[in-house]
Amino acid sequence: MKLDNITYTYSPGTVYEMHAIQGVNLDIDQGEFIGIIGHTGSGKSTLIQHFNGLMKPTSGKVLYEGKDIWQEGYNLKSLRSNVGLVFQYPEHQLFEVDVFTDVCFGPKNQGLSKDEIEGRAREALEHVGLAEDMYKKSPFDLSGGQKRRVAIAGVLAMNPKVLILDEPTAGLDPKGRDEIFDQIQSLREKRGITVILVSHSMEDVARYVGRMIVMNHGQVAFDGVPREVFTHYRELEAMGLAAPQITYIMHALKYRGLDVDTQAITIEEAKKSILQALGER
Amino acid sequence: MLRDITIGQYYPADSIIHKLDPRVKFIATLLYLISLFLFHTYIGYILATVFLVVIIKLSKVPFRFIVKGMKAIVFILLITVVFNIFLTPGKVLAQWWIFKVTQEGLIQAGRMAIRLSYLIIGSSVMTLTTTPNQLTDGLERIMNPLKKIKVPVHEIAMMMSIALRFIPILMEETDKIMKAQIARGADFESGNLIKKVKSMVPLLVPLFISAFRRANDLAMAMEARCYHGGDNRTQMKPLVYKRQDFVAYAVVLCYFAASIGMCVIGW
Ligand SMILES: Nc1ncnc2c1ncn2[C@@H]1O[C@H](COP(=O)(O)OP(=O)(O)OP(=O)(O)O)[C@@H](O)[C@H]1O
Ligand SMILES: [Mg+2]
Repeated sequence: MKLDNITYTYSPGTVYEMHAIQGVNLDIDQGEFIGIIGHTGSGKSTLIQHFNGLMKPTSGKVLYEGKDIWQEGYNLKSLRSNVGLVFQYPEHQLFEVDVFTDVCFGPKNQGLSKDEIEGRAREALEHVGLAEDMYKKSPFDLSGGQKRRVAIAGVLAMNPKVLILDEPTAGLDPKGRDEIFDQIQSLREKRGITVILVSHSMEDVARYVGRMIVMNHGQVAFDGVPREVFTHYRELEAMGLAAPQITYIMHALKYRGLDVDTQAITIEEAKKSILQALGER
Repeated sequence: MLRDITIGQYYPADSIIHKLDPRVKFIATLLYLISLFLFHTYIGYILATVFLVVIIKLSKVPFRFIVKGMKAIVFILLITVVFNIFLTPGKVLAQWWIFKVTQEGLIQAGRMAIRLSYLIIGSSVMTLTTTPNQLTDGLERIMNPLKKIKVPVHEIAMMMSIALRFIPILMEETDKIMKAQIARGADFESGNLIKKVKSMVPLLVPLFISAFRRANDLAMAMEARCYHGGDNRTQMKPLVYKRQDFVAYAVVLCYFAASIGMCVIGW
């Protein structure tokens, strides 16, 4: 998947004109786990809607498997079943009488047979960790976190090759958050899909993703492995973001003369590095 | 996609028209609409056109923006024109099967088209240059005398401003839900009528639920801030007429008097 110098402007030519994306170039390979981070209004949600053709760039090209998706005659519908997009607060899109039927909506639109649809829905619901006894409940009787899972399952059931999630854990408790991340992680390993995760939390992203893209004012500020990106923690701060707390601790320790690895991002790594440095003395 | 509808939208700019008191704009619009139906000859329409063009120029709203709003009523306009052309009795100009085109029909159709479009343009100039809040404030003040006969003026005005405020929110929401369902493979465009209506379910159900939720939240938030209707409520920016407002009244009244005069002498 490739974004070639795309720009998106909301309401061009009026007083409400807003350049949400400016000259973004991205190359994404199959199987990558990518985190997109940026402060509120930096253009993350706008950016990801370009991947499955929901938004047409004001200028620039979007390529999927080498083909320009805005070319005459390109099948956008098949693109959308290959690139699944879970929106911010996806629970607001639920509409069916029960959970199971709602999850079936996606595969049904793909024109599959009834058995296949139900098989996929079941599988997707299992993936997000919803128990059988929930299947016949009305989606409106569930808790926020459960609704979120149903909505994510609704996209998973389409068996996308690329899964894009816009803040899938906003407003969830830490346990629910970890569960959802773990499920996404295991799904990626099992199916070998590409996952693009939009988030505010550096800690979450750092733990799971292999590549991190930092957005600032509609442009890509940093693009690389999390450790490398976090070495720019001062610049990140200037953008209204923050590196994981571990990064700060490690830098402070180093400043005080302890020879630790400032690129550690998890508590375990930090612990090891600190013990090692202390042991050397 | 839904953002193209500009009727009722506000267009921020720094112009004399924007700065006028909403009451002036409201009454002026009303008088203008009445004047459109007083005119019978092209001289009257020329006057109406000049008046409208001058106002639009003064308001600094781009003409393109106003025309964009017209798109929504093109259909109604066409129907009116077609019906008027074919169904007005009079001197037959052309005939085909049971359809007759009459001279009177053509004139009538043209007249209706002009009236309807000016009516829409005239009222959109008002909404484009007045924020919904100002508009309802103005209305509340104009209707104030009705309080004496127990009309709940404040409540009506409040309901109006809430409704106006909710239009863009619901549009945005519709856009969002639509996109989310398209991402799940929903198709809102193709198919016959029945299929199209059916395809609206995934859009309408979440939309209604969200509208009710929002209404509920709003009511709760108002209650939490001790809102209890209009009695003894003061305003942050009370409406006060300034000199420019009196000048505007004078201009509008001159225009209206002229149109009545023209109507009386049969122009
Ligand atoms: N429908 C719209 N019309 C006009 N401007 C918009 C619209 N949606 C977003 N914007 C503007 O585009 C910019 C980018 O918005 P976007 O939703 O992509 O931000 P975001 O990074 O997803 O933020 P958040 O973290 O709050 O979700 C913002 O400045 C916003 O004001
Ligand atoms: Mg967003």
